[in-house]
Amino acid sequence: MRGFLALEDGRVFEGESVGAVVDGLGEAVFNTGMTGYQEVVSDPSYAGQLVVLSAAEVGNYGCNAADMESRGLFLSGLVTQQLNEPSSWRAEESLGACLRRFGRPALSGVDTRALVLHLRERGTLKGYLHGDGSGLNKREAVRRAREWAGLDGVDTASGVSGKEIAEWREAGAEAPAPRFRVVAYDFGIKRGILRRMASAGMAVTVVPAWTEAKVVLGMRPDGVLLSNGPGDPAGVRGAVENVRGLLGKVPVMGICLGHQILGLACGGTTRRLKFGHHGGNHPVRNLADGRVEITSQNHNFCVDGASLPKGVAVSHVNLYDGSVEGIAWEREPVLGVQFHPEASPGPWDARYLFGAFAALMEGRKGTEAAGMGREEGAGR
Amino acid sequence: MKRTDLKKIMIIGSGPIVIGQGCEFDYSGVQACKALKAEGFEVVLVNSNPATIMTDPGLADRTYVEPLTTEVLHEIIRRERPDALLPTLGGQTALNLAMELEERRLLSRYQVELIGAGAEAIRRAEDRNLFKETMVGIGLEVPQSGSAHTPEEARAVAKRIGRWPLIIRPGFTLGGTGGGIAHDMEEFEAIVARGLDASLNHEVLVEESLVGWKEFELEVVRDRRGASVVVCSVENIDPMGVHTGDSVTVAPAMTLSDREYQAMRTDSLRVMEAIGVETGGSNVQWAVNPRDGRRVIVEMNPRVSRSSALASKATGFPIAKIAALLAVGYTLDELRNDITRTTPACFEPALDYVVVKVPRFAFEKFPAADGTLGTQMKSVGEAMAIGRSFEEAFEKAFRSLETGRAGWGADGKDERVSGHLDDEGLAREVGRPSAERFYHVHEAFRRGWSVERVAELSLIDPFFLRKMEGLVRFEEELRGRFGGARKKGRGKKAAADGEELAPAVREAKRRGFSDRQVAWLLGWDEREVRAFRRERGIVPAFGVVDTCAGEFAALTPYYYSAYVERSEPVRRMRRRKGKILILGGGPNRIGQGIEFDYCCCHACFALREAGYETVMMNSNPETVSTDYDTSDRLYFEPVTTEDVLNVYEREQCDGVIVQLGGQTPLNIARDLEAEGVRVLGTAPEDIERANDRDFFRSLCMKIGLRQPRNGIARNVEDALRVAQEIGYPVLVRPSYVLGGRAMVIVYKEKYLRRFVEEAAAVSEGHPILIDKFLEHAQELDVDCISDGIRTMVGAVEEHVEPAGIHSGDAACSIPARTLTKEVLADIHKAAEELARELKVRGLMNIQLAVKDGEIYMIEVNPRASRTVPFVSKSVGVPLAKLAALVLTGRTLDELHFTREVIPPYDTFKEAVFPFVKFPGVDITLTPEMRSTGEVMGIDFVEGAAYLKSQRAAGNAIPTGGGVFVSLRDEDKEAALGLVRELRELGYVIYATRGTATFLYEHGIEVNASYRINEGRPNPLDLMREKKVQWIVNTSEDGPQAMIDGILMRSGAVALGVPVTTTLAAFREAMEGLAETRNLGHATVCSLQEYHRRLDHEEGCLW
Repeated sequence: MRGFLALEDGRVFEGESVGAVVDGLGEAVFNTGMTGYQEVVSDPSYAGQLVVLSAAEVGNYGCNAADMESRGLFLSGLVTQQLNEPSSWRAEESLGACLRRFGRPALSGVDTRALVLHLRERGTLKGYLHGDGSGLNKREAVRRAREWAGLDGVDTASGVSGKEIAEWREAGAEAPAPRFRVVAYDFGIKRGILRRMASAGMAVTVVPAWTEAKVVLGMRPDGVLLSNGPGDPAGVRGAVENVRGLLGKVPVMGICLGHQILGLACGGTTRRLKFGHHGGNHPVRNLADGRVEITSQNHNFCVDGASLPKGVAVSHVNLYDGSVEGIAWEREPVLGVQFHPEASPGPWDARYLFGAFAALMEGRKGTEAAGMGREEGAGR
Repeated sequence: MKRTDLKKIMIIGSGPIVIGQGCEFDYSGVQACKALKAEGFEVVLVNSNPATIMTDPGLADRTYVEPLTTEVLHEIIRRERPDALLPTLGGQTALNLAMELEERRLLSRYQVELIGAGAEAIRRAEDRNLFKETMVGIGLEVPQSGSAHTPEEARAVAKRIGRWPLIIRPGFTLGGTGGGIAHDMEEFEAIVARGLDASLNHEVLVEESLVGWKEFELEVVRDRRGASVVVCSVENIDPMGVHTGDSVTVAPAMTLSDREYQAMRTDSLRVMEAIGVETGGSNVQWAVNPRDGRRVIVEMNPRVSRSSALASKATGFPIAKIAALLAVGYTLDELRNDITRTTPACFEPALDYVVVKVPRFAFEKFPAADGTLGTQMKSVGEAMAIGRSFEEAFEKAFRSLETGRAGWGADGKDERVSGHLDDEGLAREVGRPSAERFYHVHEAFRRGWSVERVAELSLIDPFFLRKMEGLVRFEEELRGRFGGARKKGRGKKAAADGEELAPAVREAKRRGFSDRQVAWLLGWDEREVRAFRRERGIVPAFGVVDTCAGEFAALTPYYYSAYVERSEPVRRMRRRKGKILILGGGPNRIGQGIEFDYCCCHACFALREAGYETVMMNSNPETVSTDYDTSDRLYFEPVTTEDVLNVYEREQCDGVIVQLGGQTPLNIARDLEAEGVRVLGTAPEDIERANDRDFFRSLCMKIGLRQPRNGIARNVEDALRVAQEIGYPVLVRPSYVLGGRAMVIVYKEKYLRRFVEEAAAVSEGHPILIDKFLEHAQELDVDCISDGIRTMVGAVEEHVEPAGIHSGDAACSIPARTLTKEVLADIHKAAEELARELKVRGLMNIQLAVKDGEIYMIEVNPRASRTVPFVSKSVGVPLAKLAALVLTGRTLDELHFTREVIPPYDTFKEAVFPFVKFPGVDITLTPEMRSTGEVMGIDFVEGAAYLKSQRAAGNAIPTGGGVFVSLRDEDKEAALGLVRELRELGYVIYATRGTATFLYEHGIEVNASYRINEGRPNPLDLMREKKVQWIVNTSEDGPQAMIDGILMRSGAVALGVPVTTTLAAFREAMEGLAETRNLGHATVCSLQEYHRRLDHEEGCLW
């Protein structure tokens, strides 16, 4: 069955509809990772987005339960060049089947490089993925893309957040005995983060995105994690106030959207990047020790470095475009990183940051801790 | 930051091209030299291989074309006093030499620092046990193994490993036989017994079998601060059991989930750290069990390698260049990504295309060799292709191979390869890794076999097999639906067919099929397919290799074609003089290797400098020509008519150079011309005419040149008649092939029939050439250049071996040593007249023989020859550069090349052979070329230059000890004086009984030995017991080579004993021995110093 992706600027890319037989509306963004499509599609941060994979061959090793990053698929649709049947001892179903099971449309046979170059030049565009075979008119699809309000200012995170307070447990996972109790805000949290926290000795309670600070503090955690999540940080209802209520009272670590919320909470501003960072190969410099890490990235917004108040410093910088990749409080045990130290998917270079968070919780100061704990957190 | 305490850096090259060490190290060396020079370092380079770009005198400050031995390096270090030695860019050769220097404490004595990788790190990576220990130390699994000298020891090893199956490999055998895979104790006992028996040192290696596991390779780069990146992941389609160099491989890795890949990546970085590689590139190889994901480390190389060259070409990340800069103190974040120029080198390339590499074999040259692929590398070259899908890259890679195939099957030749096999035979071939295996897989799918069945037989991952099956199904469908479809312009039906056919053809192109394949499937001819495509706008788009999957704008124009939607624009340049396309030679093979790439690169350099835009096209990832730095624009594409036309049209070139890339571009020159392409220089018609026997004969008559009597034949009866007419012995060869393929000297009629049949098979319809063979003649190569007015001789090269040995295999010298003034004058006159008659513009190579003062023409080829780089280095004139400029209309007068240069020193070129990889193959030189590489010896003393060439070729003539002499009857008289001289120099002489009796009768003290079949001790025993250090063996004439001689020579190669197989080489060696004995020790001198002694015209320099 044929399908297409219509962009708000009128460009249309045709392909074969290989996912669920539905249409999807979202922001078109591209991801340059060469592995990890399952982690991408199951990452709630992609909610509201049509994800274009630049990798030439996708689906090769299938999908399985162990590599799910959340309870489902939240993206609006997937666009690939070639969607394959799997061959892997780990495969439980094909990517196509997984997409269909969760009702997400997908295209295959698209010249994704052309699409990536288009998005690079034009920036993130709203798009309409037609995959339900109803023969929708292309002009109509473009109009729907244009008329869609988009994600700016919208609270996408609360839409994907878990609704209940829950303890994180994973069957069969090996983890050391917990040394810390951590409350994790679920703005669309990836299981990779939870898994890394567990192996860094943290017992984690996951709370919904809208949970008030006093509820969290009432749980007397050793630290609070602000998770990744989709969309505009400024749109997440109550998040900034809640985080303000936590700062100074408990060690806090923010990742991706959580990091952006931290930036807003301290009085800084966030802005939209032209086409975002999505992939697994961005070099980031840790300003504390000068070392460069290859990082996993997935964000469209970033913290404006110049907007940060006194007392909050940039701790990590992206070597591609100089954008802020991390912030740290000088006098408080608070840190935030824009990239994904949990990887999944992507390189594991920055896993030590969970060790750094543990170190913060052990009462050490923020900036010096950012460079510490590398040994214990690095490696497998 | 750049280190300021280093001023002078020494780089060791990898020496001659051999199997396993190809021109990829020229590519890495060139990058390193350029990078370090640009940083202001003084670079001292040592490499014995004159065909390399790196040994061009402009690339390093001091270039030593000297044998790669510790003695020689010691001399050079003493002379140059470098601050540092960079050992990681010249392959295993350079690494081993650096370790030897270190072990002899020569580096500390001269205060030379090893940079890149320290001795400790090299030792940890190279020493099997130390490596295992280190890996286990960081928690990695290694394949379990152990060696044994008795059945009891072997059982103990098996018990320790505790897992079946086990591989048993006898150490050091002559045929590589005697090993096997044991699945239980019974099999084990039997194979061990057999193996111990077959092993020359009674040793077997028992190893856990990883056969069938998936094999991966990661290229890692690390800086001194510990920042590390994985440049590329490569997956072998041939599973474990086949050497990576012989495997079809794909990048990026296809079948690993992110979790598996990242674990492998993290471990690769840890391996580099644990081994202690301070800076630079390394590759780490892994085996993964496809059933449960268990992963073991196979090996790691603390240096750049063949795979790092491949990774560089596959990703655009110049590993060698970056490694060189990291070695002198930079960190990754301080270096820039050349391709984007805005982002740092500290990143991991993202690929949005697929790269496939296919090895190129040369088994046709070694019919006696075992064609089964294993852990010993046997391929001589490789082709790489880039496509937007696996299928596209796979098909393109196969059509790049230059084996006469139009792609992966579907070209009418499948029948010949596997059509004769019954299902059982086919199953066997699908399961046996070989040069043809993938074609057999094609046949299996054609017969409707399932992916599961083929996977079970071949152990190839179903992911790849499914893609291959898809290609075959598509072929069948296309053929079934449209086979014989009417061609355009024949009525209404044709138009209708076209409407339906067009989408099918578009899909075929998207899947990577060539026009030739589509033509065969439809029953059309290639030009009709092309016309059909063009009419319907089915043309390729071009993508950029940009290191970042489109995330940033790429500034370096490195392109590949793909049948996708959008083409990326050609970046405009400011050069006004015009745009020239240079066609490379495709994968290396015997007869066509680095020498032609050298010429292509020089053309790029010269034309860029002269203000032209240069566009390079080639499919060989090992080469300098496919470095994005070499030309203004690089197209990594198959060099076929179809692909060249696509590039030519897109770029709107003003002309194409076909005469520098060897036979590959010449083969398509006429087709290109017919399509309206402007071929620069000598017209394709004239190049071809030089190969036309009748034309050539009348040409020789016209200008008064003698030819050996000759004739042409189109079948066996013709051949017998012609041979009868001109008289035996005759030289039989197919026309239009390089490297003397299927060329042979036939002494008797009864052998002729077989050889003519073989020649006919190779020449594909072209006639077979039969010449009178001139016995005991002196053979010459003459390389010339002509601008249409003036013809200059670059050099006359005199072969050491007599006529009858392929010029690519013969040693030769510049200047010529024995020719009279009259003969030389005649040669010059002949060159001028030939150039004029053939309307040569550019290079021309003439092969001549001189017998009794008479010149005989053997062959003329108006194109670059294999000897151009050797000549250029010898006489200090950049012939290929001059040729390129002549092709654009410049005259030799303008270029200041009007006087032949006769060097005041001697240079010898010697060939290097792959015999050690093909046990049991006769090493006697024949008219069929079999060498893979070459070395050069240079010295002011002729004999010393010859000995250097021998030493550089790994054939170091010992200065004392035992010599085994076995001479054919014709040579005995002539060799007498030489053997006597040997005895006088103190050598101990051994000989077979015939020769021994002869020598004894002439008063020479000699020890008699048995022939191998007669008894013991025989020559093999003598070599093994180290009583004999040199074999002089001139074999019997005639095609029926003596088995005994073959065994002896092949044994010598396996044991590393030098063999001299011709009287001429023996004579030359004796001269050298006499001369160097007087000198005491070897002298070294840089090429730059030698060239200063040349009498050059102003302006005609590098």
